[in-house]
Amino acid sequence: MTQLELTATVNGRQRTFAVEPHHTLLESLRDDLGLTGTKECCLVGECGACTVIVDGRSVDACLMLAAEADGTTIETVEGLAGPAAELSALQAAFLDTGAAQCGFCIPGQLMSAHALLAETPHPSRAEIEEGLAGNLCRCAGYEQIIEAVQRAAEAPAGAPARAHLPEPSVDVAAVPDAKLAPQ
Amino acid sequence: MRPFAYERPDRIDDVVAILAGSASARLLAGGTDLIIRLRDGTARPDVVVDVKRVADLDDGIHESHGRLVIGGRAVMTDIAAHPVVRRSFTGLAESAAVVGSVQIRNRATLAGNIGNASPAADTVPSLLVHGATVVVRGPNGERRVPIDDAFVRSGVTTIAGDEVIAAIELALPAGPSGSVHQRRTRRRGHDLASVTLACTIDAHGVTRIAFGSVGPRPLLRVDPSGLLADGGRPEADRRAALDELLADAAPSATSMRATPDYRLAMLRVLGWRAVQTALARRAGATA
Repeated sequence: MTQLELTATVNGRQRTFAVEPHHTLLESLRDDLGLTGTKECCLVGECGACTVIVDGRSVDACLMLAAEADGTTIETVEGLAGPAAELSALQAAFLDTGAAQCGFCIPGQLMSAHALLAETPHPSRAEIEEGLAGNLCRCAGYEQIIEAVQRAAEAPAGAPARAHLPEPSVDVAAVPDAKLAPQ
Repeated sequence: MRPFAYERPDRIDDVVAILAGSASARLLAGGTDLIIRLRDGTARPDVVVDVKRVADLDDGIHESHGRLVIGGRAVMTDIAAHPVVRRSFTGLAESAAVVGSVQIRNRATLAGNIGNASPAADTVPSLLVHGATVVVRGPNGERRVPIDDAFVRSGVTTIAGDEVIAAIELALPAGPSGSVHQRRTRRRGHDLASVTLACTIDAHGVTRIAFGSVGPRPLLRVDPSGLLADGGRPEADRRAALDELLADAAPSATSMRATPDYRLAMLRVLGWRAVQTALARRAGATA
């Protein structure tokens, strides 16, 4: 089938790119734009790992055709940090509470939480639970994730964002696999 | 996903023309059901018709001549939050608010929930008790389908393949009424309904109950006698009347979410609770 050309604003940058009509927004973000922070998992809209924000609303990118994104404004997890890679208050809160365990669901959790806080800056616990009900965490780190959203909501507006993480002091690439992952 | 052509027309008439020209064409509204079926191969269209940019297909909700008109592109998030829906069609607002997750409700349309015709569709029992009318556009113009006439069985409606749901209309209630939606799921949060039920009680004491996920299509049953809605009558008589309304529930023994016995037991529990809640809401209603 003929490729379609589309234009969208992705994380603040206008992008024009060609997509297959039968490709999802998830496929296009990851494979055409190289934005692999958005994760592929259940592909039926149950797990929320592929959550992105389209025109201000959170969606499962696996349940949207890329072609549908023509003319839209898209935010992905790559767009949360500041220009110098400083973490947003929400990202910093996820780190501080230990919300990220294996980390696979975290991009989706962050985007759902980001959309929730944009709509409801001071959500109740029930509102956080409902706002994140479409995001599964198989490490079951739900308490820490909820706590992180509560902390981010309490952070004073305009609070200085956290500098990005320091480079690891160990050169991981130089360490033999056997030492990193003892069997 | 198997390849298909993608069309994004601007006008309903163009949508209808594309549908008329292809037996396998599928409409794409929210996509939360269709894209799953495109991926698993149970839908194999040669063309997918995206209706999201159709100018004369409304994504809003407005009042007109004593009716609330919900546009064919209106999404669950907006329906659940709309003040008139919440006040006058509380059951519909409650059912729209439990469809899928936030991400699903931001895309899924009420029209799509009707067209998909799942026996477990959360909004359909509410549309049945509220007496919705489905406004359909096709090659011969517009026709109006009472919601109860729209469903045949799972996945099958009386809306033809070359027709589009343009809007859903609800007559604003005359006098105080109360409505509610209730359901059972396997887990809290995001799940499909094992039993889904809605109830309205109007100013004259007419009780309407509709229930889904307990048979091939959602069913509407009415108690025009006023017995169910009359708290002064013996509870045993009222419960017997409720059981009669629910008698045609016939859950499948092969459905995976819950056993028939569980569904039937919960149906009676939800039905009784729904009557109590609808009565309490009617008592608190001002109009």
